[in-house]
Amino acid sequence: MRLCDGRTSGTSVAELLQQVVIGLSSGAIYALLALALVLIHRATGVVNFAQGEMAMFSAYVAWQLVQWGSPYWVAFGGTLVLSFAGGLLLQRVVMRPVENAPVLTIVIVTLGLLLVFNGLATWLWSGEVRTFPPNRPFPTRTFDIGGVVINVQDLGIIAVTLFLVAGLWAFFRFTKAGLALRAAALYPESSRLVGIRVGWMLGVGWGLAAALGAVSGMFTAAAFPPLEPTMMQAVLIYAFAAAVFGGIDSPLGAVVGGLTLGVLLNLVGTYADDLQDLGFPVDLEGLRLPVAFVFILVLLVARPQGLFGRASARRV
Amino acid sequence: MSRPSNSLLLGRGVRLAGVAAFVVGVAILPRFLSDFRASEFARVGIFFIALIGLNILTGYTGQISLGHGAFMALGGYTSALLIAGRPGLELAQLDPPDWIPVGNGMKDIWTIPIAAFVAGLFGFLVGLPALRLRGLYLALATFALAVSLPIVLREPEELTGGTNGLNLFGTTDDRLTGALDNAVHIPVLDRDITFNDWTYYLVWTTALIGLAIAWFVLRGRSGRAFKAIRDSEVAAASSGVSLASYKTLAFGISAAYAGAAGALFAIVSTIVSPGSFPVFLSIQLLIGVVIAGLGSLGGLVFGALFLYYLPVGIQELSEVGRLPDGLQDAAKSPGMPSVIYGVVLILVLFVLPRGAAGFLRRLLSPLTNRL
Repeated sequence: MRLCDGRTSGTSVAELLQQVVIGLSSGAIYALLALALVLIHRATGVVNFAQGEMAMFSAYVAWQLVQWGSPYWVAFGGTLVLSFAGGLLLQRVVMRPVENAPVLTIVIVTLGLLLVFNGLATWLWSGEVRTFPPNRPFPTRTFDIGGVVINVQDLGIIAVTLFLVAGLWAFFRFTKAGLALRAAALYPESSRLVGIRVGWMLGVGWGLAAALGAVSGMFTAAAFPPLEPTMMQAVLIYAFAAAVFGGIDSPLGAVVGGLTLGVLLNLVGTYADDLQDLGFPVDLEGLRLPVAFVFILVLLVARPQGLFGRASARRV
Repeated sequence: MSRPSNSLLLGRGVRLAGVAAFVVGVAILPRFLSDFRASEFARVGIFFIALIGLNILTGYTGQISLGHGAFMALGGYTSALLIAGRPGLELAQLDPPDWIPVGNGMKDIWTIPIAAFVAGLFGFLVGLPALRLRGLYLALATFALAVSLPIVLREPEELTGGTNGLNLFGTTDDRLTGALDNAVHIPVLDRDITFNDWTYYLVWTTALIGLAIAWFVLRGRSGRAFKAIRDSEVAAASSGVSLASYKTLAFGISAAYAGAAGALFAIVSTIVSPGSFPVFLSIQLLIGVVIAGLGSLGGLVFGALFLYYLPVGIQELSEVGRLPDGLQDAAKSPGMPSVIYGVVLILVLFVLPRGAAGFLRRLLSPLTNRL
């Protein structure tokens, strides 16, 4: 997918920088969703396959709030709160009954959630193609730094993402609640002994992940219009790749992985034609997804724990 | 070894009775079914075969695979190409390169073992890099396979027919048994049966053979090795079980089953296209194996029935259903079928977290446990 075409007739370095910025912006979207996946996996050991569809559903909720008349950023905030509550509820109601089941069963439950959210969004809002304007998160202006044309929206997305990631880091590092969450994820039994309500902490984890996903979804709707029920499916796959790239339990890895993947995919898309001219046998443009996978797989075969993961010694 | 106790014998008796009832049931079922239902059960059988394979890999060896739809696709296309042969491909105006061993058209039955072999070989090759991956990483890698293979199959149009795929109906004379005149002559019994009945028996005979093979493999040395790997790789390795050999063997065997299922799909549907093997198929197979119950052959038929009949049931509910009017409209609207599927799936897992096999085990445990 290409965003508003950032090409100008500039030097190829300027063009490269433009594409890097665009790539970072889409990469930020993947990073947010990847971070959500890592959050839930760290807390519960489960991969939430429904993360993308939940994010898509949140984006629709935001759209609905805008339709009912609220300004964009109010709808944004409201969606964050609603998504958090929804994620919390989901963990308590749907995930708790199966928390002692085999891992694969839990994974299939999240697949069921994927189907439910996808169907629900189609049912409530129909598969009609919609867009967010005139309310947009960021103005559609561009500005020019020494020949490099940059989109305000791209910068805005990158900035908000970095802000959220930093905020999340600070939350986990410096607040008591964050500490309780980390404790509940790492040592549930000991945490219970100290009085931490582990179940509710897991719920909060799901809530935070849902909120992160909501941001990812809303930005996807803004950056890759239109708003439609299938819009997060590719993003989810990229987010998986990003999360795994960094090591499934590393938040830093998820963010770095997402940004890297975004830049890589955009550059592949941009220069696919040029590569073909140089004699490369395949048209890479349509094969962005397999290219992402090949990249990840090559990395994983070389370093199975991901870039930032820790190689765990296995106990007998 | 001392003589088995009474309760153990009783347990074996129960299991033997179950298997016998199953075989008999499968053999006589078409007599009670309409022609259409026979074709439906043929498709259930195709899922069943693929699930046997996936259960060997995921249930018994503990290696997750989200890519078995790709092996089915491989088997399906192999079978279709072999049945069509060069004459059939020419009829479809396709012209594959000469070095591809398509042959001159082969009877459909013989393509099944060949397709299984090809898919199995490919599965073995996939198993090699998979040795370095575990858990989610393996899931992602196999998922990548499922996503990529339809795209890869679509590209070489001269060989695979591109997006439209290969239509066997009409490109073959009698290589596709019974398709053209809807009558298959059985020389042994000197009767004619319809095409649908023929496909039913073809699929289920293959399924029962496959089940028997799986049972033999799993109760032998390989089976014990698989289970050891699933339970603890380190302990298995310390006991001298070669992780690499058995993991790749498991991949190969499970892929072979999927390939056979794919070949049967090609024969039953008489058409293969990239769209016949979407990503969702791989996900469905994993769902089926979990519903059936990992690590046991007993629940597989329930998994296959679930996979086939849930979407069908939902569709019938929304079209023909006997719901009150308001609900009926809701059931028909787009998106609802997905919601119902998801909700039913989650509820089934709430009730049967260990699948049908786990449930059966609990049910029959008074009969089979030592007291």
